[in-house]
Amino acid sequence: MEKMLTGYDAVAEAVKACNPDVIPAYPITPQTDIVEKISEMVADGELTSEYVRVDSEFNAASTALGASAAGARIFTATCSQGLKLMSEPLFSASGMRLPLVLGIANRSLSAPLSIWGDHTDTFAERDGGMIQFYAEDVQEAMDNIALAYRVAEDKEISLPALSCLDGFILTHVQEKVDAFTEKEIKEFLPERDPVHTLDPSDPTTMGAYARPEHWTETRYEVHKAVKRAKDKIGEAVEDFADIFDREYGLEHSGLVETYRSEDADVIIVALGSVCGTIRYVIDEYRDKGEKVGLVRPRVYRPFPKEELNKVLEDAEAIAVMEKDVSLGYQGGLAIDLKSSLYSNGTMIPVLNYIVGLAGRDVTKDNIRKVVEETKDVRGKDPRDVEEEERWEPLRDELLSGDKDD
Amino acid sequence: MTKDPYEDLKISTGAVTDPKTTLVNKTGSWRSERPVIDHEKCVMCGKCETFCPDMAVKETDEGKVEVDLEYCKGCAICAEECPVNAIVMEKEEK
Repeated sequence: MEKMLTGYDAVAEAVKACNPDVIPAYPITPQTDIVEKISEMVADGELTSEYVRVDSEFNAASTALGASAAGARIFTATCSQGLKLMSEPLFSASGMRLPLVLGIANRSLSAPLSIWGDHTDTFAERDGGMIQFYAEDVQEAMDNIALAYRVAEDKEISLPALSCLDGFILTHVQEKVDAFTEKEIKEFLPERDPVHTLDPSDPTTMGAYARPEHWTETRYEVHKAVKRAKDKIGEAVEDFADIFDREYGLEHSGLVETYRSEDADVIIVALGSVCGTIRYVIDEYRDKGEKVGLVRPRVYRPFPKEELNKVLEDAEAIAVMEKDVSLGYQGGLAIDLKSSLYSNGTMIPVLNYIVGLAGRDVTKDNIRKVVEETKDVRGKDPRDVEEEERWEPLRDELLSGDKDD
Repeated sequence: MTKDPYEDLKISTGAVTDPKTTLVNKTGSWRSERPVIDHEKCVMCGKCETFCPDMAVKETDEGKVEVDLEYCKGCAICAEECPVNAIVMEKEEK
C-alpha cells in the first residue's frame, strides 16, 4: 500500500511487518523516532513484541543478544555513540552467530559533538562480522530491513546485520513508500529457525572461552559466513523482486546498483542518500554528451569485490565520495576499492573524496568539482596520480597554522 | 574429567560447545590471593555463593560454604560482599 512515510516511520513499519519477538530500545538522535514509533505500535496493540526499555545501548545490544540466543527474532536501533556502546556485544553476537537486526540512523561520532549524519559510526564497526546495508531512499530503508532479516537469519549466515539509513537526510524526510505488511512479508521471510538455542533441556554453551588452538578457526568461520552472505543477498533480492516488484541491483547480486555507468569514462562510487544528488549531476553531464556514471554499493560488508570490479573495469577514472575517513589514512571505502581493483590488475586511477561529514551538505557544485578533477586523470597510470585523499570542501581559513603541509 | 574435551572439539555455528567443557579450564592457577572463610563468623547468608562470578563458592553437605580452589580466580568479590567480614584474602605462596 502506498503511503507518505518518513524514514523512521518506514523502518518502524518494516519492523512491524517482520514482527520481532523482542525489541530492546534506548533513544539517541536521530534514531529515537524509530523506537518511539515502535513503542506506539506496541502500546496500541498493533505489535505484540516484548518491548524492553533498557538503561543504555550496551544493555540494548546485550538484551538483544540474550533474547536472540534463546531463539527470539529481535530488533533494536541506534547510531553514533550508541553504536559505540553496542559495539562490544555486537562483536560477541557475530562470534556467537546471532542474527541481531539493527536499524542504524547514521550519525557522526564525537568529538566535537554533532547530531548530524555521516558514515563514521558504522564504518568503525567494519571488522566485527556484521552485514552492512546502506539505503539511498526511504523505500530502500524499509526494504533493507526485510532483506536484513532474511539474510541474517539464514542458517548458513547467522550473523548480525546493520540496516543503515542516513540520519535526518533519510530518517526525517517524507517520501512516497510502497509499504509491505506482515501478511505480505510472510512469503518472503520465514519464521526464524535458529541453529542453536539456549535451552535447559538441551544445554549448550555460547561464546565461552576458546583457547588459542580454536579461536582462529572460530573467527575464520565468521569470516566465511560474512562472505557467504553475498550469495544469500543475491537470492534474497531476487525473491524480493518477484514478490514486491522492486529491484535492487538484481544483475549484481543485490550488492551494487549502477546508474548510467555502462559506457561511462568517469564513475563516481558512493553510498547512501548522496547518490540522489549525484544522479542529478550525472544527468546534467549526460545532457552535454559527457559519459559520467554512478556505482552505488548497497552493502559494505561483505565487500562486493567481484561485482565492483566488473562494473568499474571499463572506466577511465573513478572518484570515491564517502562520508567517512579512517583518520590517518584515507577513507575506508576507497582503501577497500583500490585493494579490490589493483589486486585484480585493473589499473584505473581512483580519487578519494571525503565529503558530507557530520551533516555538511554535499552540493551539486561539490559533485561537479569532483567530476571535473576526475576527468583530468582519465586514462592515467594510478602511480602517476596523487594518492592522498581530498577533502571536498576543506575550509582552509578555519584551520590552525600548525598543519604540516 | 580425565580426557581434555577440547582435543577433538569441532567448531559449530556460534562456537557452541558440548556442555561443561569449560570444567577442564582450571582457572584457580590464575589466583594471586585466596579467600579464607572463618566459619565461626559465617552466618550462612549465601551472598558469597550468589556473587561469585565463577560459581566457585558452594554449600557443602556439612552445611558450610567452601571455595573450590580449582576454579576460584581470587577476585575477592566474596570477601567484599560478606556482611560479617568472615572472608579474608590471603596471599598465595608461589
